Amino acid sequence: MRHLLSTEDLSLENAVRILDTAEEMAAVGEREVKKLPALRGRTVVNLFFEDSTRTRISFEAAAKRLSADVINFAAKGSSVSKGESLKDTAQTLEAMSADAVVIRHWASGAPAQLANSGWIDAAVINAGDGTHAHPTQALLDAFTMRRHLAKLAGTSSIGADLTGMRVVIAGDVLHSRVARSNVWLLKTLGAEVTLVAPPTLLPIGVEYWPCKVSYDLDSVLASGVDAVMMLRVQAERMNDSFFPSTREYSRRWGFDDARLAKLDTLGLKDTIIMHPGPMNRGLEISSAAADSPRSTVLAQVRNGVSVRMATLYLLMSGELRENAPAAGTTPNETTLNGTTLKEFA
Amino acid sequence: MSTATPTTGTYLIRQASVLGGDAADLLIREGVIAEIGADLLGTPAAAGATVIEAEGLVALPGMVDLHTHLREPGREDAETVETGTRAAALGGFTSVHAMANSSPVADTAGVVEQVYSLGKESGWVDVRPVGAVTVGLAGKQLAELGAMADSRARVRVFSDDGICVSDPVLMRRALEYVKAFDGVIAQHAQEPRLTEGAQMNEGKVSSVLGLAGWPAVAEESIIARDVLLAQHVGSRLHVCHVSTAGSVEIIRWAKARGINVTAEVTPHHLWLTEELVRSYNPVYKVNPPLRADEDVQALRAALADGTIDIIGTDHAPHPDEAKACEWAQAAMGMTGLETALSVVQHTMIETGLMSWADFARVTSFAPAAIGRLADQGRPLEVGEPANLVLVDPAARWTVDPAKMATKGRNSPFAGRELPGAVKATFFRGHPTVLDGVLNTPYPGSAS
Repeated sequence: MRHLLSTEDLSLENAVRILDTAEEMAAVGEREVKKLPALRGRTVVNLFFEDSTRTRISFEAAAKRLSADVINFAAKGSSVSKGESLKDTAQTLEAMSADAVVIRHWASGAPAQLANSGWIDAAVINAGDGTHAHPTQALLDAFTMRRHLAKLAGTSSIGADLTGMRVVIAGDVLHSRVARSNVWLLKTLGAEVTLVAPPTLLPIGVEYWPCKVSYDLDSVLASGVDAVMMLRVQAERMNDSFFPSTREYSRRWGFDDARLAKLDTLGLKDTIIMHPGPMNRGLEISSAAADSPRSTVLAQVRNGVSVRMATLYLLMSGELRENAPAAGTTPNETTLNGTTLKEFA
Repeated sequence: MSTATPTTGTYLIRQASVLGGDAADLLIREGVIAEIGADLLGTPAAAGATVIEAEGLVALPGMVDLHTHLREPGREDAETVETGTRAAALGGFTSVHAMANSSPVADTAGVVEQVYSLGKESGWVDVRPVGAVTVGLAGKQLAELGAMADSRARVRVFSDDGICVSDPVLMRRALEYVKAFDGVIAQHAQEPRLTEGAQMNEGKVSSVLGLAGWPAVAEESIIARDVLLAQHVGSRLHVCHVSTAGSVEIIRWAKARGINVTAEVTPHHLWLTEELVRSYNPVYKVNPPLRADEDVQALRAALADGTIDIIGTDHAPHPDEAKACEWAQAAMGMTGLETALSVVQHTMIETGLMSWADFARVTSFAPAAIGRLADQGRPLEVGEPANLVLVDPAARWTVDPAKMATKGRNSPFAGRELPGAVKATFFRGHPTVLDGVLNTPYPGSAS
C-alpha cells in the first residue's frame, strides 16, 4: 500500500498495524527527546489547498519527530484561480523530489487524482478532501476509542480492534469527510456505528453505508452508546434551509447539557464524547459537554500526531501490504529499517 | 440540396449488405443513388465507375447528429468546424447539428450563417446550426428565432443546450413561437436550483465519494413539465440526452397521450455508469451525469422500443487542461463522433436489442425528420441523395484519442476495444472517407 486515500479500502490488518505503530510513536512523544531518525533525509511536503492550521501542524509535528525534512506548500484557494493546475503543482513537487505529499484539498478526489495520475511518484496521504474523506482523522478517532476500551478493560490496546463498541456520530453527515472516513474504518474494526442527523444532512445513498441511521438522538442515546462523536455544523448551512434555525438544531441534534446529564441517568458512566474540532460551542456541543471528563477532544489532538507519525512512517518505508489481508500474520513489533523502535528509545 | 454538381465521381459499391439485409450493388453517380441491383458490374451504367468492394460491409444511410458541439466560433482551441466535421465524416456522419453555445452564442442570423458557411467551406458533412432559444443563453428573452429560421442556415432546431430553459413561461412562449416555421425546441432538461454545484449522479456512489449529487428528479421534473406544456400549446418538443429511467417513463407516458415529443440518448449513456466516477477521472464528468446501471438498461430498452427516437452524440471536445484538474473544476463533456457507431453497435446490436435497420432509424431517418432535413436521412433507394456509410461490423479496434480527428482527447472509451468500423462515408455522392481514412471534402469546398 503506497498511499492513504480513504478508509473504505483499508484492510483490518493495515488499520490495526497503523494503530499499533501509533502506540509506539505515542511512547516517543512522552520522552524528553521526542525524535526518531526513521525518516532522516526524506522529504515530506504538506500541500494545503485549504486552510487548516490544526491538521497541518499535526502532520508537521509528526514528520519532524521522524526527522523528515518538511516543506509547507500553502496553495490556498482554487488552483484555477491561482493560475496553476493541480497537475503543474504536482509536477513541481516531483521535481523537488518529494518522498511523500500530505494533501489537503477542498475538492473531493484531488488526493486520488494525485496518486493515480502518474504526475508524481511520491506517497500520497489524504489530509482531508472536500466532503469525501479524512482517513487520518478517522484513524486518530479509532486510536482514541481503542485506548479508552483498553483502559476500561485494563488490557493493552496493541493488536485490538473495536469489536462491539457502540459509536454514535451525530451532525452534518452530508458535508462531513470525518463521518465518511469513520463509518468505514469503524466498520472494519468491528464497531457498531449509528449516524444521527436531520434528514436534510444525510446523503441520498446513506442507506447503502455499513451503519445504522436515525433522526432521533435521544432514543439512540437511550439504547446505549460507548462513544458519541459530534460533527461540526457550519453556520452557512442555515442559509440554505438544511434546518430552520441554529436553536432548533441544537435542541434536536446538539449535545447539550440535558443530554450530558442524561448519560448519567442512563448509567452510561464510561461513555466518551468526541469532536474532531474546531467546535461550535453552543451549537452542536455545549461547553459543559466539551469540557467534561468524558470529553476526549484534547486526547484526539494529541493522538493525531502519533497516528500521523505511524502513517508517514509505514507508507514511506513500504511496510503496509496491499489490501489482501492475511489473517493472523500481523507482526507484533514494528521494525524501522530493520531496527526495532525500542532500540531508538 | 438539389445542387448536386457533376464534379462528384461515379462509384460502384459491390455487394454491400443494405441495412444489414441482402447484398446488393449500389451505383452512385452525380450525387445520387443511380441504380441498385443484384449485380451491376459490367452493366453500361457502371462503365467507368470506381469499384468499391463491399462484401461483408453493411450499407447504412449517412448518420445525422442532432447534437454536436463544434465550438467555433470562440473556442477554436477545443474544436473547429473543420476538425469537428472531419471527425464526423470518419464517424459515419453526413450531417451534424452544431449546438448554439459558441462564443458569440448562435442567437442571431449572423452567427448561424457564419457556422453554416464554415460547414460549407469545410465540405465534410452538412453543418446545420442550432439556434439559441434565448439571447446569450441567458434564459431571459427569446432570441430572434424567426430570423434564424429565415436565414441561409434555415434553422429549425433551437436549443439553449448546456443550460435549461427553466422559466416555464419562456419555455411555453418558445414552444408556441416556433410553430410559425415548424421549428422544434430541444430542451436540456436540468432544473437549475436542484443541480447547483452538482457533480455526479446523486445516489449510492455520490454518497461515498463526497461529490455533490445531481438528482434524477432535476431532469425528470423538467421533462414532465415540458411535455405538458407541449401538449397545452400543441407544439413540438425534443428532449436532449435523456439519462434516467424515470425520464423514459415520462416520455413513454407522453407519447401514449399523443404528445408531440421526441427524445435522444447519447452513446455514452447507453453504456457507462456512475461507477466509473470512483476513479475521480474527469474524463467521466459529463452533463447529464453518468447514471446507474438500471438507467442504462432502461435507456437501451427505450431506444429499442422507440420511446427514445434517436442517438445524439453530444460530442463535447475540451482542451486537455479542462480535464487535467480537480473533478469539481473540470469541464463537463465527452467526445463522441468517432465512437458513436461502434458504441451503439456494442450496446444495441451485439446485445440483440436492435437490427442495422433500427440503427438506420435512430441514427439517420429519425434525427433528419426531427431537424426537418429534406436531403438527409433518406432511404437507400434509387434517386435518393447518396449520403451513405459502409461499415465493417466484424472489425475490432482499440480507442486511442490521440489518433482521432477531433481536437478533443476526452474520450471516455480510451483504451476500450470496440466493434465496427466505418470503411467509407459518401456525402452527396462524394467519398469523404475511403478505406477507413479521411479522403477529400466535397468537391468545390474551400478546405
